[in-house]
Amino acid sequence: MSQSDLEILDHGDAAPGDEPAGRHEVVEGLLGYLVGLFLATLITAVAFFVAGTNLVWGPSIPIALVVLAIAQIGVHLVFFIHITTGPDNANNVLALAFGVLIVMLIIIGSLWIMANLSHNMMPMAM
Amino acid sequence: MTAFEAGAGYGGQNRGGGADVIFGGGSEPLVAHADGSPASKRIIVGYGFWIFLLSDIVMFSAFFATYAVLSGETAGGPSGKDLFNLTNVAIETACLLLSSFTCGIASIGARARDALMYYGGMALTLLFGAAFLYFEIHELGSLIEQGAGPSRSAFLSAFFALVGCHGLHVSLGLLWLLTMVAQVFAKGYRPDILRRVLCFGLFWHTLDIIWVAIFTVVYLLGAG
Amino acid sequence: MFGKLTWDAIPFDQPIPLAAGGIVVVVILGVVAFVAIKGWIPYLWREWITSVDHKRIGVMYVTLAAVMLLRGFIDAIMMRSQQALAFQSQGYLPPEHYNQIFSAHGTIMIFFVAMPFVIGLMNIVVPLQLGVRDVAFPTLNSVSFWLTATGALLINLSLVVGEFSRTGWLPFPPLSELTYSPDVGVDYYLWGVQISGVGTVMTGVNFVTTILKIHAPGMTYMRMPVFCWTALAANLVIVAAFPVLTATLAMLTLDRYLGFHFFTNEAGGNMMMFMNLIWIWGHPEVYILVLPAFGVFSEVVSTLSRKPLFGYRSMVWATLAICVISYMVWLHHFFTMGAGPNVNAVFGIASMIIAVPTGVKIFNWMFTMYGGRVHYASPMLWSIGFMVTFVIGGLTGVLVAVVPADFMLHNSLFQVAHFHNVIIGGVLFGMFAGYTFWFPKAFGFRLHEGWGKAAFWCWFFGFYLAFMPLYVVGLMGMTRRMQHYDVPEWRPWLLVAAVGAVVILAGILCQVTQLVVSIRHREELRDVTGDPWMGRSLEWSTSSPPPAFNFAVLPHVESRDDYWRREHAPDRRPEPEPQYHAIEMPRNSATGFVCAFFATFGGFGMIWHIWWLVILALVGAFATFVVFAWRDRTEYEIPAEEVARIDRANRLARAQARAQLQAAE
Repeated sequence: MSQSDLEILDHGDAAPGDEPAGRHEVVEGLLGYLVGLFLATLITAVAFFVAGTNLVWGPSIPIALVVLAIAQIGVHLVFFIHITTGPDNANNVLALAFGVLIVMLIIIGSLWIMANLSHNMMPMAM
Repeated sequence: MTAFEAGAGYGGQNRGGGADVIFGGGSEPLVAHADGSPASKRIIVGYGFWIFLLSDIVMFSAFFATYAVLSGETAGGPSGKDLFNLTNVAIETACLLLSSFTCGIASIGARARDALMYYGGMALTLLFGAAFLYFEIHELGSLIEQGAGPSRSAFLSAFFALVGCHGLHVSLGLLWLLTMVAQVFAKGYRPDILRRVLCFGLFWHTLDIIWVAIFTVVYLLGAG
Repeated sequence: MFGKLTWDAIPFDQPIPLAAGGIVVVVILGVVAFVAIKGWIPYLWREWITSVDHKRIGVMYVTLAAVMLLRGFIDAIMMRSQQALAFQSQGYLPPEHYNQIFSAHGTIMIFFVAMPFVIGLMNIVVPLQLGVRDVAFPTLNSVSFWLTATGALLINLSLVVGEFSRTGWLPFPPLSELTYSPDVGVDYYLWGVQISGVGTVMTGVNFVTTILKIHAPGMTYMRMPVFCWTALAANLVIVAAFPVLTATLAMLTLDRYLGFHFFTNEAGGNMMMFMNLIWIWGHPEVYILVLPAFGVFSEVVSTLSRKPLFGYRSMVWATLAICVISYMVWLHHFFTMGAGPNVNAVFGIASMIIAVPTGVKIFNWMFTMYGGRVHYASPMLWSIGFMVTFVIGGLTGVLVAVVPADFMLHNSLFQVAHFHNVIIGGVLFGMFAGYTFWFPKAFGFRLHEGWGKAAFWCWFFGFYLAFMPLYVVGLMGMTRRMQHYDVPEWRPWLLVAAVGAVVILAGILCQVTQLVVSIRHREELRDVTGDPWMGRSLEWSTSSPPPAFNFAVLPHVESRDDYWRREHAPDRRPEPEPQYHAIEMPRNSATGFVCAFFATFGGFGMIWHIWWLVILALVGAFATFVVFAWRDRTEYEIPAEEVARIDRANRLARAQARAQLQAAE
């Protein structure tokens, strides 16, 4: 099925991961990946630093690490997978949001339930 | 971003009129997608693979949840603090992140039909990916040698399963990478092969996203 | 050389499985020999086994479901008869055998009857309703089917070689761990379900993409038939839930094969985590089953009431609400297992809330019927039977959502009655309604209506006879899965239940007869126009069965129920002949079948620890993937003249039928 003509007419929709291919757009694409690499490296370095340092208040470290992880995932999604909030990406964003909801339910739900179970099933003090 | 931002949104206005035939070659006028007609193959394949990746992420989250619940169950054996070598993890992270970047270069190369960028990018991706696997297998192997294998405790079972599942995905990804290199070499930059390269790129970047979660939750939080 | 497999695996010393297995093997060999001698194998290979046509794949799914329904029902009859006999006696089924039977019954009914039936109907109908030629990934569709068939094959193989799991349809640890189930039974379960689960996830991806990205021109989301919305919701839930099943069963497999400690009694394993994870999958699973059934009822009720569906928007919102909330109730399957009152209360309340959108749907169906010209054909009977039965089942569900009540009723026959009430009354009745409704579309002739009505009444009364007593006996304290009992008060109720099972058996026999009679009389029952029910949606604009390409020209849609509007508009003009073009369709492929072939041997090898077989199978599966990827010609062309010829025949038949109708008025 020769679809190359149809691809031009796909205004109103974009596939995840799609990027430009024209000559001048190659540079644009490369730039995007470079920025993404730079930001991701920066965030990773900060994360490793925060994890090992005494300079940050201890109890806040887990939250800081999680926030950094979310930020880095965002960098990957935007700069590598090209998920944007444009109207052509609506289905992709909705699918991602649905996936995130399910992941949150599984992880937070499991942690809450299992903690509750283990608290209630603790052996009684004699 | 595509140059053709008609701003029509998805499934919205009815343009009315126009010819009906979408599939099939020929000279009949083609209908735009915005009024609910079938999308092109690239969109379909890209979106379908994105949905598959979300299902894969859900599967990983089940392993994550299990790891989170069992991370304290060391059964008197070693815990993350005793076992994790953060230098090793930093090297693995660098390898995977660089491989994601080189994969991006390969994607651009494929779309631009540029052999240097494509084959070069894929070769570097293979190199960095294989390096990641080498360090990881080495790490897991040494854990087993120390008697901290998966059958030692529930914590170690969960750790090996989560990290191992990711490593298995990376290995399969490298196999796929080799297949994609072979395909382009044998058949050129055909549209269906380009679609597969697109999917491979999505897969590879997603593996890096999952690694971000792993090194944060398992290693950084576990060793600290 | 052959791992754990020895001649002892064949149950020479157990008469019942030996006889059953022997009969099955003889029947299968007989059928294969018959087909081969008649020379049908090339036809079957070309037109069915390697087909990537969604209509053919859907028919194969439904056929698989129907055959497995017979197997699962035989298990049910054995359970009912055992419980009828085993009052202060051992009955005729020893415990180790009885336990395998109820485990197989549940596993087969959920994974190999309900799921394939639902997926089969969606396969046949959704692309036609969307006005398109096929699903997004036709070859993947074929792979999905054949992997499901592999799972079914492995489960049934356990009857003849080895044994099946004794843990119930969900393998709870620690019973399912190697220490307490050292035999291959649980492994048969794990690999059969795991392999078919992979097929199901692929179906989910396929249909979500199809429904969201491939419509006829003009068919916006809010013009899709409600069946497509429910199919979308069900497939979203598949994509969101089945990976959890895959992960959880993989963890149990790692425990059994490599000595991991996820769910074991020692080294820190936590068996409650299995319960938690498996029900995270298990609850959404039942919504995967029931949402498409709701969709069937929306189509049947509106078509056979000659009215547009009442409350289209609220139906869509209710469907999406159920889709999301289904993921927030799973703890209600283990209220009694140690969670505190606040956790229990949250999930109990959520479980009641999810009844609200379902109630919205029931009201919408009733309001659709009200003021319409209702035709009491058998699909309508199934729908009305569903409304009554499912509401009762739903009410008992809300009852057990009340946590203190559940503490008394958990794992009793009350619970068993509740879930059979909603699965039979909801899912199965829906599937039977859909089967009757779309059979003419798939095969070109209607099903015999008389036998269809007889089947309905037998199923309806049989269901109530078989399951209402179980509510009573559950309230009296009878636990589920009992191989024998000695409480005299329970006995009369169990006898009535056994009678009910026999009445259901009569219903099944009516359905078998209906099929045979319909095939015999197919010329009289022929569906000439393609629209035997005065349908509302696009599938009824095609011939019965539709041509391979579904529509000669993709329809241009301007409203909801667009086909109905075009057919029955008062100013209806005959549409001019369209301009025909050549159509490209995906080529058939043996990929699905070959993949399943390797999966079967791989699964068998894993079960019996025949490692060289596993390696060969994995290499073969990868090779299949590469061979498929190396294809150069993925499509074939149907020339415009051929398209024209087929379409003109259909248009002529419709015009003649319309003329006859007008002449009769």
